[in-house]
Amino acid sequence: MTATRLPRQSSLDKQDETISFFWNNKKLNARKGDSISAALLANKYQIIGRSFKYHRARGVTSAGVEEAGALVTTGKGAYTEPNVRASTTELSEGLFVYSQNAWPSVRFDIGSILNLFGRFFAAGFYYKTFMGKTFTGKTLRDKTFRGIPPLEWGRGTGIWMFFEKFIRKAAGLGTASRQADPDSYEHLHTHTDILVIGSGPAGIQSAIQAAQTGKEVLLVEQDYAIGGTYLSWPDKSEFKTQISKLNKQNITILTRTTAFGLYDDTTIGLVEIICPEERAQKPLKPRQRFHICRAESVILATGALERNYAFVNNDLPGIMTVSSARTYLNRYQLLVGSNIMISTNNDSAYEAGLELEQAGATVTILESREQIGELLLQQISGRRINLYLGSAVAKANHGVFSPCVKQIVIAQKTSDGWRQSGSLSCDCLLISAGWSPVIHLASHQGCPIEWNKENACFISSGDDKSIFFAGSAAGIWQFEDCIQSATQVARKTKKAQKQSSIIGGWHTDIEPLYEICVPAIKGKAFIDPQHDVTASDVRLAHQEGFISVEHLKRYTTLGMATDQGKMGNIIGLALMADALNRPISDVGVTRFRPPYTSISLGALAGAHRQSHFKPIRRTPFHNWSLANNGVMIDAGLWHRPWYYPKQGENLQDAYIREATITRRSLGICDVSSLGKIMIQGPDSTIFLNRIYTNPFAKLAVGKARYGIILREDGMVFDDGTTWRLSENSYLMTTTTNHAAAVMARLEELLQTRWPELRVHVTSITDQWAGCAIAGPNSRNLLSEIVDDPSEISNETLPFMGVKQVLLQTIPCYIARISFSGERAFEVYIPSDYSHAIMQFIWNKAQKFESCLYGLEALGTMRIEKGHVTGAEIDGRVTIEDIGLGKMASQNKDFVGSALRNREMLTSPNRPQLVGIFPKDKHKKFSAGALLNEAGKTKGHPLGWITAVTHSPALGHWIALGFIEGGLTAVEDKHIVLSDELRSNFLDVEIVSPHMYDPEGTRLHG
Amino acid sequence: MIQISCPFCGKRDHSEFSYGGDGQINYPSLDAAQETWHDAVFLRENIYGRQIETWQHLYGCRSWLLVERDTRTHEIFSVKLAHADWQKMMAENR
Repeated sequence: MTATRLPRQSSLDKQDETISFFWNNKKLNARKGDSISAALLANKYQIIGRSFKYHRARGVTSAGVEEAGALVTTGKGAYTEPNVRASTTELSEGLFVYSQNAWPSVRFDIGSILNLFGRFFAAGFYYKTFMGKTFTGKTLRDKTFRGIPPLEWGRGTGIWMFFEKFIRKAAGLGTASRQADPDSYEHLHTHTDILVIGSGPAGIQSAIQAAQTGKEVLLVEQDYAIGGTYLSWPDKSEFKTQISKLNKQNITILTRTTAFGLYDDTTIGLVEIICPEERAQKPLKPRQRFHICRAESVILATGALERNYAFVNNDLPGIMTVSSARTYLNRYQLLVGSNIMISTNNDSAYEAGLELEQAGATVTILESREQIGELLLQQISGRRINLYLGSAVAKANHGVFSPCVKQIVIAQKTSDGWRQSGSLSCDCLLISAGWSPVIHLASHQGCPIEWNKENACFISSGDDKSIFFAGSAAGIWQFEDCIQSATQVARKTKKAQKQSSIIGGWHTDIEPLYEICVPAIKGKAFIDPQHDVTASDVRLAHQEGFISVEHLKRYTTLGMATDQGKMGNIIGLALMADALNRPISDVGVTRFRPPYTSISLGALAGAHRQSHFKPIRRTPFHNWSLANNGVMIDAGLWHRPWYYPKQGENLQDAYIREATITRRSLGICDVSSLGKIMIQGPDSTIFLNRIYTNPFAKLAVGKARYGIILREDGMVFDDGTTWRLSENSYLMTTTTNHAAAVMARLEELLQTRWPELRVHVTSITDQWAGCAIAGPNSRNLLSEIVDDPSEISNETLPFMGVKQVLLQTIPCYIARISFSGERAFEVYIPSDYSHAIMQFIWNKAQKFESCLYGLEALGTMRIEKGHVTGAEIDGRVTIEDIGLGKMASQNKDFVGSALRNREMLTSPNRPQLVGIFPKDKHKKFSAGALLNEAGKTKGHPLGWITAVTHSPALGHWIALGFIEGGLTAVEDKHIVLSDELRSNFLDVEIVSPHMYDPEGTRLHG
Repeated sequence: MIQISCPFCGKRDHSEFSYGGDGQINYPSLDAAQETWHDAVFLRENIYGRQIETWQHLYGCRSWLLVERDTRTHEIFSVKLAHADWQKMMAENR
């Protein structure tokens, strides 16, 4: 096949602009407006790539999204984009285009040797070779049975691990860049009354008609030019009339925009590719836009795709669909061959045949039907067109020095099947074995799909509510009928069912043709050329029992390549139906899934990448902490100060110093991320008393209380202190992690469960900055900073006391609560003043030995004290498990009180919170390690470690964890810690979780 | 990508909402027996068709809602405020 560029027919067409591009780094010229395929054909390149498995030469097979052969890589370096369909990608100035899966070159590919061994690589090859039992019956993972390849051939996953890298290298398509994508992408929410998908005759007509009814219309076209089938026709007058009508209406038109998925509530995923020319001028434009489009209704004017059929060597370069030859002729002025063979089973191929003959080619039509309509016969009479009735292709042969089609072996229909009958030479073979309406989007939404026997295709009629079909997407083949259906759908003058009268429309019925199989001729007949699935693979699947279409798909990988089997799936189904001796309608079809064509992950990610991947929550002290050398750590969405290193300190040095100074003198810590919920209203006390396990009814104004909230199933949900600010208002604090969940839970209880309670809850987490001031000098510092020091004495502000005080005339709250176990206060400052007041506090703190401490030192001190956090309250523990059983009131009912008493939750053998010391005080260990009794280290462990730290107060590594039965159950047992991952095994001593200052004397002083 | 019509805020994308659970459970009082609580917390119908469920308009007005939805098609038939008095107030002010 050698394509020839023809002169333009009409002088009205604007002068063609020449642009240049690079094919495998060789500079070539093409016409502006060419697709990559058109440009390569015009430059006489026929072999575009090598196939997935057998490395067979592949060329252009289509002019649309169904392309199965011409896959290329575009761009260089970080801009590399693999598996681009050459048939639908617009050529831009200077574009780099590369062939794929070939070495050293696409014409001479070493890998094609695999083709000779093709019969070993049939469907299921990998499963059979690398999975399953060894021949001795030993299982895959048996370590005693490792040999040296290839002696171990066929012995399970071990060998797969060895060969995988070679197989992955040999098989496959393009290679993605390993660099980060340098382009940007955008998300848009698009709203419209009616979305029309496809801008062919039916799409344009329905857009015009819908807009005339006053609806807002969005018309999307996946191609870079509007027009669809119109572009493939020689006569453009009708097209021009329609375009001028279209432009008069208020219609938004998006080209280069693929509707890739149809979702619930008529939500459509659109990906719009920004015109490369536009981006060349405005480099800040995104590469693609992902539109989440909401429409009242969607009209699918998505057209139909032409099919091929299976015969031996049907994948040779030079074989393409009839309609694509017509597109290359009329859209790109490319005559694809001079001696053209057409094989068809339906009326649609004749128009193309006539046009190709008109353009100067010799045309031979192999018609599988034994009779065709009078009209078609009249049209071809007197033209250079040979017609063979009852004929099809049995095999395509390539030339001696070229892998392109050179000759075909004809199959002649006889009373008992197909028989070989001679051969003909040709330089191009065009196939039309019927048309498949593009029903993918309706299938995404589960609209029923039916096999239409008369037209040998699957059709859908939408859902009759918001999903409608127009034109050939509905199985309508005649132009006038397509226009009529588009008008009906857009105006909703008739119900969609009425369309059934105009479905089809050929003069002579199509005669189904899926495969030509002549007994004497052997070779590969492809049904899915992209994944190298052959007709015999389908029969093998049937033979091995994979007879459901779902199994067929997975066993053979039919339709799982980048084209998702747009051409070949139906052939596969037909062959399976044939093997099962059942009609295609019985075999059915796998449901189509989004995306319709491949879309870039970049478009889906949009701007949500790197630091924008998730939102960041910064505390009001964030910048202040950074200015004071704070190192931040992610805590959920929050960025919290982790540690504040001095010169030369690492994390461990820093937190040990911070914890030491805090216990010895004074430390200040940002605790702003704790959840803060205002609870107000006359029934607030009743509400809190129902939520918390411990009594809140008698909490005095000006006092705080530590409380635990359970879930309804009796497990611990969250903990925190709640401060009574006045008779009817409380400030509840929650853990950082559960702040949002606790808020939603309180709202749920108030709105759905106890609507009679007069309580209002408000989140004030962001409105108040919080800092903990801890250590023996904490009160001394406070008396320096509060306007009236008499308010914070041991008598006026006792342990668990709360009060509002003025700091530099700003009303702040001070609560005397301690998480570190030291004498400590939490100071809450209005966020707007936090920076200035923190600086003021820190300046005053310089009078004492003092430090800022981060999350790591906070963790150290809480572990020393045995205070629990999310590491222990992981949703699987009861209040007794964490040693706080006495906080569950026996005198009231609260959320979770009924179910916490279930038998398995009250068992004394449940794992309970303990402290862990290493026997050898120099030993270090990690969280996640398991606890066992010595000598019983196999099987289910007795316990596990939840949190580990080096304790500066005790001088060695310590941990919190859980162990069955708690401290009393293991007191006289020899417990060992095992950490298989890090190969760390040591003897440990189980102690009370209150490892430091168990009497609490330090915090009461 | 279903949309839910919040009685306060209007039709919004479901990503603004968070799913609660079965909206037809009659939760017992806190002093009810363990068995009663067990049934309320753990027993759920696996409905094929219309069911009433609770949703919260988390990134909106934060109302808890009773949504009647078809589990097969995601079609939504009605949305009400879960708080009966608020629902009544909304109806009266229409």
